[in-house]
Amino acid sequence: MDRADRQHDAVLAAIRNVAARLAEEKDYLTELDSAIGDADHGTNMNRGFEAVLENIETKQDDDVADIVKDVGMTLISEVGGAAGPLYGGSMLHASEQLEDGLTRESTVAFGEAYLEKLRDRGGASLGDKTMVDAVTPAVHTYKKSIEEDDLPPQEALAKAVDAARRGVEFTVPIRANKGRASYLGWRSVGHRDPGATSTLFMLEALLETAEHHLDEEVMEES
Amino acid sequence: MKKLLNDPSEMVDEMVDGIVAAYPDHTRRLDDTNVIVRNDAPVSGKVGVVSGGGSGHEPTHAGFVGEGMLDGAAAGEVFTSPTADELSEMIQACDGGAGVLCVVKNYEGDVMNFDTAAEMAELSGVDTVEQVVVNDDVAVEDSTYTSGRRGVQGTIFVHKCAGALAERGADIEEVVRVAEKVIDNVGSMGMALTSCVTPEKGEPTFDIDDDEIEIGIGIHGEPGVERTELVEADAIAERLTNEVLDDVQPSGEVAVMVNGMGGTPQSELFVVNRTVQELLVDNGLAPWNTWVGNYMTSLDMAGCSVTILDLDEELMELLDSPTTAPAFKTK
Repeated sequence: MDRADRQHDAVLAAIRNVAARLAEEKDYLTELDSAIGDADHGTNMNRGFEAVLENIETKQDDDVADIVKDVGMTLISEVGGAAGPLYGGSMLHASEQLEDGLTRESTVAFGEAYLEKLRDRGGASLGDKTMVDAVTPAVHTYKKSIEEDDLPPQEALAKAVDAARRGVEFTVPIRANKGRASYLGWRSVGHRDPGATSTLFMLEALLETAEHHLDEEVMEES
Repeated sequence: MKKLLNDPSEMVDEMVDGIVAAYPDHTRRLDDTNVIVRNDAPVSGKVGVVSGGGSGHEPTHAGFVGEGMLDGAAAGEVFTSPTADELSEMIQACDGGAGVLCVVKNYEGDVMNFDTAAEMAELSGVDTVEQVVVNDDVAVEDSTYTSGRRGVQGTIFVHKCAGALAERGADIEEVVRVAEKVIDNVGSMGMALTSCVTPEKGEPTFDIDDDEIEIGIGIHGEPGVERTELVEADAIAERLTNEVLDDVQPSGEVAVMVNGMGGTPQSELFVVNRTVQELLVDNGLAPWNTWVGNYMTSLDMAGCSVTILDLDEELMELLDSPTTAPAFKTK
């Protein structure tokens, strides 16, 4: 199996893992969202990824960028609310970075493009109690681990997941400034942000996939 | 809670069929979407004016589709923004070559999906997609909530004025200008006596006692600014009217909307309107035209909102020009 095939399999496995994790956490995410939102985040994300799973069955021959692009499009049409454009639109935008496959550089660029679109579309900054609080530290940590510390991608991803986890915890004591939760003002304090939490679950699923599918050989540039 | 429903998850789809069946001369449904457009869309050479949002606010938005008002309206799930791909299809279906204006209520899901839809529509060949964001709800302060003020009943005046100008053949810059003018000069504030009950959940969205009311409530039942004891209609009308006047600061002739949230009888709305009109006159204002009824509802919530638009000659003329939209009557 050549590198492109292995990358293809790794991406499909990652999507299946993310979908499985979100299905597992569906009720928990909805519970978080009922505290400070409109109580549908888990259901919405699960519906989106169920549709993604159906669609990727027809994507067996596409390259990784096209597969990820299709995931973005599916989330845009199936998830709705603010989550559709935020998760789907960011993924759609970032998918361009994977046109030459998965490399150390392209995965960093993917993360940066995802974060850029997310901040641009949602208008949220760090500390607004949104998924930006999980994505920002994750992307920064991944980039630093790859570019400055020269860590293997898997280790870099593990560090990024840790950073995202701290980001999620950071959302608990603060007051929401963006999203539905912001309408609650001080009542939002003390609750974990659902979007930051689902982002962490997605990253954890990516890491789990990486541990099984990603070794130096798959990611290194030829 | 008893509801006139089949399968709650099919409600929006069945409602859209019912709307088209009620107005077959004016409207049609875009295949495989919850989008309703004018029968003759796209109108060649005319700026398309479209809107959309979650369902549960009927007659908003489909009731305002017609000549001289909206070209298209997208219905999302109950209290949930329509998805970007449906909005994009609507924009494409309403593009007569002169561009499309999206009138968006300031809710993050709506704004983001319309943003994404505009990008998608432009990729599919629509030259110009413009967006205006209505933020007329004076209950929620800009300074406290960086999300900005919510967009509510004032949106209907934006639909009417932008739609009327587009019908006359104005270009997209002019249509945007007039939409912005309405947005700059309109304010609304609502209150609730009871919670609404969403079809899928089947129970009240929030708890409110029989002797309590909530002032400044949002159209999805999101928290207002004050929970207080039940008071008489006059006191409620006074509170809402004064807050809106403080914000809009009108000087002469005004358009007024006393809107029901879905569960309030017309009789009670007229009781409220009586006081609103008196207050306007007491403030030296001239109510030029008044709309009393259910325009932007919140399912079965009992309550009302007051909207005031500061008028000039242009806006009066646009509000007054004819439309076939079933839910809007001109003078």
